[in-house]
Amino acid sequence: MAIIEAKGLTYTYPFAEKPAFKNIDLKIEKGEFILLTGPSGCGKTTLCRCLNGLIPHFYGGKLEGELTVAGLKTTEHAIYEIARHVGLVFQNPENQLFALTVEKDVAFGLENLGVPRDEIRRRVDWALKITGIYELRDRAPFELSGGQQQRVAIASVLAMQPEIIVLDEPTSSLDPLSAKNILDVIHRLNKDLGITIILVEHRLDLASRYANRVIVMRDGQIVLDGEPRKVFLQRETKLIGVGIPKVVRLYLSLKENGVGLSKVPLSPEEASQLIAEALTFDRG
Amino acid sequence: MIEVEDVYFTYPNGVEALRGVSLKIADGEFVAIMGQNGAGKTTLVKHFNGLLKPTKGRVLIDGVDTREVSVAKLSRKVGLVFQNPDHQLFSETVEEEISFALRNFGFNEKIIRERVNWALNLLDLVQYRRTSPFMLSGGERKRVALASVLAWDPKIIILDEPTIGQDSRQKERLRQFIIQMNQQGKTVIIVTHDIEFVVECEPRVILMANGKIIADGETREVLTDPDLVSRSSLILPEITQVFMNLNDLGFPREVIDVYEAKRLILERLNGGIKK
Amino acid sequence: MSIFDGLKFRNVSSPIHKIDPRAKFIYVCVLFVIAVLFNQLIPLIILFLIQIPLVAIARVRREWLRLIKGSIFFATLIFIMNIISLYFYGNYPSFAYIIEHSLAMTFRFIVLIESFSLFFLTTSPDMLGLSLEQIGVPYEFCFAFTTAIRFVPVLAEEAQTIIDAQRARGLELEGGNFIRRVKNYIPILIPLIVNAIRRSLELAEAMESRAWGASKKRTNIYVLKMGGRDYLFILLSLVMLLLSLYVWMHVKIPYLTQILQM
Repeated sequence: MAIIEAKGLTYTYPFAEKPAFKNIDLKIEKGEFILLTGPSGCGKTTLCRCLNGLIPHFYGGKLEGELTVAGLKTTEHAIYEIARHVGLVFQNPENQLFALTVEKDVAFGLENLGVPRDEIRRRVDWALKITGIYELRDRAPFELSGGQQQRVAIASVLAMQPEIIVLDEPTSSLDPLSAKNILDVIHRLNKDLGITIILVEHRLDLASRYANRVIVMRDGQIVLDGEPRKVFLQRETKLIGVGIPKVVRLYLSLKENGVGLSKVPLSPEEASQLIAEALTFDRG
Repeated sequence: MIEVEDVYFTYPNGVEALRGVSLKIADGEFVAIMGQNGAGKTTLVKHFNGLLKPTKGRVLIDGVDTREVSVAKLSRKVGLVFQNPDHQLFSETVEEEISFALRNFGFNEKIIRERVNWALNLLDLVQYRRTSPFMLSGGERKRVALASVLAWDPKIIILDEPTIGQDSRQKERLRQFIIQMNQQGKTVIIVTHDIEFVVECEPRVILMANGKIIADGETREVLTDPDLVSRSSLILPEITQVFMNLNDLGFPREVIDVYEAKRLILERLNGGIKK
Repeated sequence: MSIFDGLKFRNVSSPIHKIDPRAKFIYVCVLFVIAVLFNQLIPLIILFLIQIPLVAIARVRREWLRLIKGSIFFATLIFIMNIISLYFYGNYPSFAYIIEHSLAMTFRFIVLIESFSLFFLTTSPDMLGLSLEQIGVPYEFCFAFTTAIRFVPVLAEEAQTIIDAQRARGLELEGGNFIRRVKNYIPILIPLIVNAIRRSLELAEAMESRAWGASKKRTNIYVLKMGGRDYLFILLSLVMLLLSLYVWMHVKIPYLTQILQM
């Protein structure tokens, strides 16, 4: 059974004239790493908010259709119930951290759930170690860099041990090196812990190598859904205004000139390998 | 012309943000100032309109020492667009928002009307003239902030992290826009860590780390140097990374764009079909 | 801003820092009672001097001194006001007594500031929030309290950024008549308020997403337990209180003026 299933999902914000998205059908299996992308305003952020119940419970508005997440119908369960299964990491790291020390922030969710103290301590230490910030546990969030703050946000969601973690443009305010590091952490959550990841990102050059599936939205509709290598090749992707990675553009450009690499590269390392192959093959 | 002469700057809380920075930016140049968060980039550009005054050394704008002139006066020449538009927007309508600076600078009503119209058109905001800026989307608010600075037509425009949170279409638009402004003779300075964006524009690149300038030159030279790039907490451009790994096959390293990459590969394939 | 430095938590390690906030609070209350109890200069000077070793043990000398420096303005004000009112309405044999009494009132003020400062300098807002929680204050208030403190530096920085951004659009904040000056703060206040509201909405979203409200019985990763050191501190404070009460009831405290005139 799919861990996330949406049928005919339509949502209109309060006071809005038209829906943010209409008739979305979606099935996501456990363990997938979904890259959700599309131009600004396409509805991807709104979709994220539906996955943990913020829509409709926090935002109000009109939600039609059905959305089942980890076996729970989001309209029938409170946000705090869904939060045990779905963690949501937001764009701005600063506005997700409330406590005066890192470890207190990571503990926050568990405290809310009434988890016993020694269990909290265990899970907090575990989450801090996985995200690589154990040494920062006594620091104040204000003193940390953006990348470190975002790790704290991830750790605090991770501590609740959800099956699904949704991240809404977590790297947008980070410098490229921090962005890369964070994506690496997220990748490990998926690979090592089997957590289903839904990542909303514009930086496809950094993120697409980790995803097994890319979903492209436009104007409130899902227009493309499939393996990254296939989706990036479609003309529509470029037309929609999605920034496909330069290595894919190189692949396409070479193809137009009669040179076919054996597959679509999703990272510079892959691209170098494929190009080297193509050259030696040609020589041989 | 902007001249920075051995500038040191320490914040009141004791943080030494600039440690001996010197540079010259001529009129009409297009410059990208890059480096890690905390390297001193924003601190440096705040010296260009006088918001910050050097603790040691001096900054000259068109020959005038910034310590001798008010921020308002300097801002007439140097327009600084801040990263977050929500730190500036406060008016009831977009029109008023754009007029704000013009009023402060003492333009007469007729000129204000003309300039507001011009700015609205330039940034595709005409339909939002009477809308409250708070009702607009993030991208639209960024355009309003930009319009409100361009309206007074400063000859130097500084954009602080203009690409954050923008999708690729918006970035492309921005890129065209910057080229247009630069072609009109304006000095354009962007503070950014968006490498791929810079690679598409190819400005002069100034790299900063720990309050010092560690490199100053063409995009092609600076951003393809692995040592410089790692010292400023950046990463190499995508295409450069590809060619780094192909170096032992005899390819050059300083490749930054797709077109050039394709050409080099096709050439290597002896008589690959060229268009 | 130097006054506020003396009330902001200073993160060092000292025996005083380790004392439970509730014990320290009792100390502050005791000191308050004693300071109000006595009108005479000599006991108040003693109270002032007693706290100084505590300040030294707590390793917060610099901040504490800054606070004392910052409060000189108010202290002088109190001193002068007392002198004036006593001169016209008081009932003292000579001017020397008026000065002494005014000095006493000034010292009372300083003693109170001293004890508050010691409390805040050595108690982290986290621990403070926690102790409030443990004495039964509803969690929502404690949370609001510590979150507010957490965001003070953020908001201060944002205010400065907004001021910079508007100055870069030609806004002049100095000069002009009073009305103009007030008007000029509107482009600063509005973004500040709007951003504060936006920020609190984002925070609320994040809170909800981390199961806020899931359980009526919230647990806590930290717990404050009173130990021997804390009880000792409380005991000492109470002893001081009892001693002072005894002195106040049975001992006639001389005026410094009297002593000097002898």
